Amino acid sequence: MTDTRTISEPKPKGRAAQWLAMLWADKFAFFAALFLLIAVLCAIFGPMLLGDLATKQNLRGRNAAPFDLERGWVFFLGADALGRPLLARIIVAAQNTLMVAAGAVFFSAIIGCGLGLVAGYSRKRSAQWIMRLGDVIMSFPSLLLAVIVLYMLEPSIANIVLVLAITRIPIYLRTTRAETLEVRERMFVQAAKVMGASHKRIVFRHILPVVFPTLVTIATLDFAFVMLAESSLSFLGIGIQAPDITWGLMVSQGRPYLTNAWWLSFWPGLAIILTTLSLNLLSNWLRIALDPTQRWRLEMGGRKNG
Amino acid sequence: MADHLLEVRDLSVEFHTVAGTVKAVQNVSWHLDRGETLAILGESGSGKSVSASAVMNLIDMPPGKITSGTILLNGRDMLSMTAEERRRVNGAKIAMIFQDPLAHLNPVYTVGWQIAEMVTTHGGARAKADARALELLRRVGVPEPEVAMRKYPHQFSGGQRQRLMIAMALACKPDILIADEPTTALDVTVQAQVLELLQELQQETGMGLLLITHDLGVVAEIADRVVVMNGGCIVETGDAAAVYANPQHPYTRKLIDAAPGKGAMPEERDRSGQPLLLAQNLQKHYGGFHALKGVNLTIMPGETVAVVGESGSGKSTLARAILRLDDPDAGRVMYQGRDLMAMTPRELFGCRRDLQMVFQDPTQSLNPRMTVYQLISEAWVIHPEILPKNQWRDRVAELLVKVGLRADMAGRYPHQFSGGQRQRIAIARALAMEPKLIVCDEAVSALDVSIQAQVIELLDGLRREFGLSYLFIAHDLPVVRDFADRVIVMKAGQIVEEGSVRQIFEDPREPYTRALLAASLDPDPQVQAARRTARQEEGLIPA
Repeated sequence: MTDTRTISEPKPKGRAAQWLAMLWADKFAFFAALFLLIAVLCAIFGPMLLGDLATKQNLRGRNAAPFDLERGWVFFLGADALGRPLLARIIVAAQNTLMVAAGAVFFSAIIGCGLGLVAGYSRKRSAQWIMRLGDVIMSFPSLLLAVIVLYMLEPSIANIVLVLAITRIPIYLRTTRAETLEVRERMFVQAAKVMGASHKRIVFRHILPVVFPTLVTIATLDFAFVMLAESSLSFLGIGIQAPDITWGLMVSQGRPYLTNAWWLSFWPGLAIILTTLSLNLLSNWLRIALDPTQRWRLEMGGRKNG
Repeated sequence: MADHLLEVRDLSVEFHTVAGTVKAVQNVSWHLDRGETLAILGESGSGKSVSASAVMNLIDMPPGKITSGTILLNGRDMLSMTAEERRRVNGAKIAMIFQDPLAHLNPVYTVGWQIAEMVTTHGGARAKADARALELLRRVGVPEPEVAMRKYPHQFSGGQRQRLMIAMALACKPDILIADEPTTALDVTVQAQVLELLQELQQETGMGLLLITHDLGVVAEIADRVVVMNGGCIVETGDAAAVYANPQHPYTRKLIDAAPGKGAMPEERDRSGQPLLLAQNLQKHYGGFHALKGVNLTIMPGETVAVVGESGSGKSTLARAILRLDDPDAGRVMYQGRDLMAMTPRELFGCRRDLQMVFQDPTQSLNPRMTVYQLISEAWVIHPEILPKNQWRDRVAELLVKVGLRADMAGRYPHQFSGGQRQRIAIARALAMEPKLIVCDEAVSALDVSIQAQVIELLDGLRREFGLSYLFIAHDLPVVRDFADRVIVMKAGQIVEEGSVRQIFEDPREPYTRALLAASLDPDPQVQAARRTARQEEGLIPA
């Protein structure tokens, strides 16, 4: 009992600093996080600051070319077909875009993961029903479902999130179930059973942490998909409606002018790419940071051994 | 001096890792002559496989790097050969077999095709190759070779797969056969057969056999000379019998002392009174497979009962049934007079504390994402009545010291420990529950011999200190000999023989028990040689 005091439990002190150091160790992830932070700030404050500017038409400045500071900094990325400054519009659109995408990804991931855990862990008949439900959603054309739902309900951000979330549930459902089936048979789960751990504890303490990194990776990839799906709904006239704007909608609005004014679609497209790329890099970092056997790569500082 | 068939001189290999340069082997020299069997003996991490990998050009470079030395095949330096020449040597002149034959056979091709491929890659004609494959299958003793040609790897048992690997290795009549732990994954009776086959083939073809193993018994059975390795260096080399009889280096001595099955056997105990655990007529089916055919078992308080059997004998199923991890189809398990099978989940939860389990592979039985502190204290999260939360930290430290670890290791994760240390953590976790019975399912089989001895010693000490009972499941009889009070021998879901350790080891009644005892390898080459002749005379080679 003499050396019980030397025990070194992970101390809560400096936990944030530790994570920041790990983030700094992976430069790509660091800048990805920075970019996402800026995007989120734009989403929160953009509409407040630039809302009027983004919707003010200026027909003399139609399709104004980018990299021209004559009209002011908001026109630096050019203007769209109605002469509205693209930079301001991208910043303002960040709110709707991120809200729809994050909302849809969040809800589909939560529901899909929850059902997947049940389907994978339980040996009851209900597990089969969950899987067949997933099959039904998957076999039903998602766009058709969206059209029907949005035709009956009115097109609003909440409804779009709802529709997109439902159509993406099977992705998480199937992955979670498959992984849960495998992890359930692992020895440490058996060991927990021997100790008398409750089902809740086994699922949330032992299975979910193993499945989680995969889900995060899928969710970030899905983020881009949802943004584009939202734009195609908007294109059909049942998604976000003008004067509200999203990046996806801006891309599709710029499509007729691709030959003579590429910047109309290019800049919002770039915003989508950068966002998903950042999320991907960050999720890759998170996967390593959450895994105790891999964490040394970040703690050593730098990607020495890839 | 005449050239040796294969000679390794002053070989040093390094691996560059993030943690720095690891010297896998340093200045290793050995040689192999025609018709000779050389064993490289060492525990995990000793570098025993590295020199053979260098011979076969299997070291990934980078991160690996051969920093010094030469490898001479019939006097030619292999390290200066071109990649093309090396490829021609591999398989044709030097062949290799591995520990896990299933992993090294391609599951989508028939075995006949795969053996024939060895011949065709080295320039043989197709028809000839097929004929050769058939001949080889017949030679290595695969039943019905014509039918076996068209079967796939998964349709064979572990021992037969190893025979297939040997057939593949011999396809081009190599001068040298390297066998890396060829029998480690096999049952003892099968191990004896495979080793015998290797010996026969060697006598027929006159090839040099290089055997890499951790098992003194295998060395005693088959090797002419032995090279003992520890920490990347050769500590001792010489004639196998001489090294065993008169070990020079302290490490060799330690290794020989650690070999199980030499201590005094415990005296028989009084078995009257209420048993701690009583299993009656346990039955379990998996589909059409009858895994347990009415098994009875009694464990008295403070007693260690060993269940010994080969793979598929149902011994693990028995353990899982007793702990209700898999409910049996029929039968009763009485714990202190109460039926575990009839308990409600709530009652069962109360009993969980008393019945704990230590699994075979601690790498898998410890959640890799939890620290040692979290792993051990999970017991008290689940059963809060054992210990108030403010004492958890002290108790974890105490348990860690008790199982031979340091208290300051509580903040680490399982992957930062060695295999033996991980098993100690698993034992500490079981102890945290303050159980009455610990079921050890092959708890020491995955460990090195010297670590195995330490873990058994630990379990033995805990038994005396806490009055624990053990249900000790093993495939290896010698391990059980020093530790158990009673032994149960299982085969095909049934108990073949049951008795005190002394009775089982000194006066086994059933032929199967005798076969099992005869097949287990003694570390002493002389004992082993005597057994071999006895076996040949009696014809007592278990089928």
